[in-house]
Amino acid sequence: MVDRTDVGNASELQYFGKMTASISHEIKNVMAIINESAGLLEDYSLMAEKGMAIDPERLKVVSDRVTMQIRRADRITKNLNNLAHSVDEFHKSIDLKETLALAVGLSGRFADMRSIRLEFQPPSDVPTVITSSFHLLNLIWRVLDFAMGMSGTEKMIGLTYDSDAESVKIRFTGLAAAPNAPEAIFPTAGEAVLLRILGATIQQDAKGGVITLVLPKDVRQQVKTDC
Amino acid sequence: MEKVLLVDDEKEFLDTMAERMEARDMNVTTTTSPKEALKKAQEESYDAIILDLQMPEMDGLETLKELKKKNPDLQVILLTGHATVQKGVEAMKLGATDLLEKPADLKVLTEKIKKAHTRKMVLVQKKAEEKVRHILAEKGW
Repeated sequence: MVDRTDVGNASELQYFGKMTASISHEIKNVMAIINESAGLLEDYSLMAEKGMAIDPERLKVVSDRVTMQIRRADRITKNLNNLAHSVDEFHKSIDLKETLALAVGLSGRFADMRSIRLEFQPPSDVPTVITSSFHLLNLIWRVLDFAMGMSGTEKMIGLTYDSDAESVKIRFTGLAAAPNAPEAIFPTAGEAVLLRILGATIQQDAKGGVITLVLPKDVRQQVKTDC
Repeated sequence: MEKVLLVDDEKEFLDTMAERMEARDMNVTTTTSPKEALKKAQEESYDAIILDLQMPEMDGLETLKELKKKNPDLQVILLTGHATVQKGVEAMKLGATDLLEKPADLKVLTEKIKKAHTRKMVLVQKKAEEKVRHILAEKGW
């Protein structure tokens, strides 16, 4: 018999697998560029050995290209490291801005594949939230995935938030206006488990093309209230 | 001189690879767009098309399917970040000439391009022979 815990565990593993597979693919792309750049430098040195003059500007282009790819790889591995550490503690205090930036960073390649632009527009306020970081990342990915599938003509999904004393509201904008339909298909059982873990709720404004994720500032208080 | 169309959404990869291939006496055209690749393949005749498996707009397998639909004789070599057996089998079933994992060794890729060029020449020759045979049979000489 499959219960909610099984659904949750499967979803967690699926999310982890999906993100790490995407990251490894991106690292391979970076390696391919560095590999060809090294090969190009080797070609230049062979040409120089044969007495051909090599324009220093060509060397600079290759050097800049490698530097850029190293920075890219650094960004990718930082995201991987942050994702890995998101499971260190079940409930911990997180910087919402950093966590959302990580969620967007991890989803970037999936957005590129769908020719969609993800725009994170954080306000100056940086709320601290006590929650399960890993499950929040998982839920944000699921909402983003759904939102990208429903994106409007601009092919842009925006992400922002605001907060009050008790909760934070994370808004996903840019969905195509589709009255009635989204509520029927979203959230699914997978999101429902995550919403329960996070003590969160989802509000949909189908006409406005907005999904709002309402998250308690301290999930432990929410659990106490529920008890 | 082999004529090659290189399709990958990573521009930096395209630029570097193209420069290296040109240094090896290949005539290289590049594009980051699979849709543009389909157009180019219709306008020009290439000895080999090197195609990335994962791209925006259309993925590599979808592009391969479209390319083969338009010209079954096209020699398409797929490049992929992770060559799974499943993808490999799927690509071969769709008519890919070969599948290489990134980062690829240019020596190996060059050999595969040369083989693709030879295979294309054989196909062109076979077609020409068939045409001649058909004309001879029709004219009753």
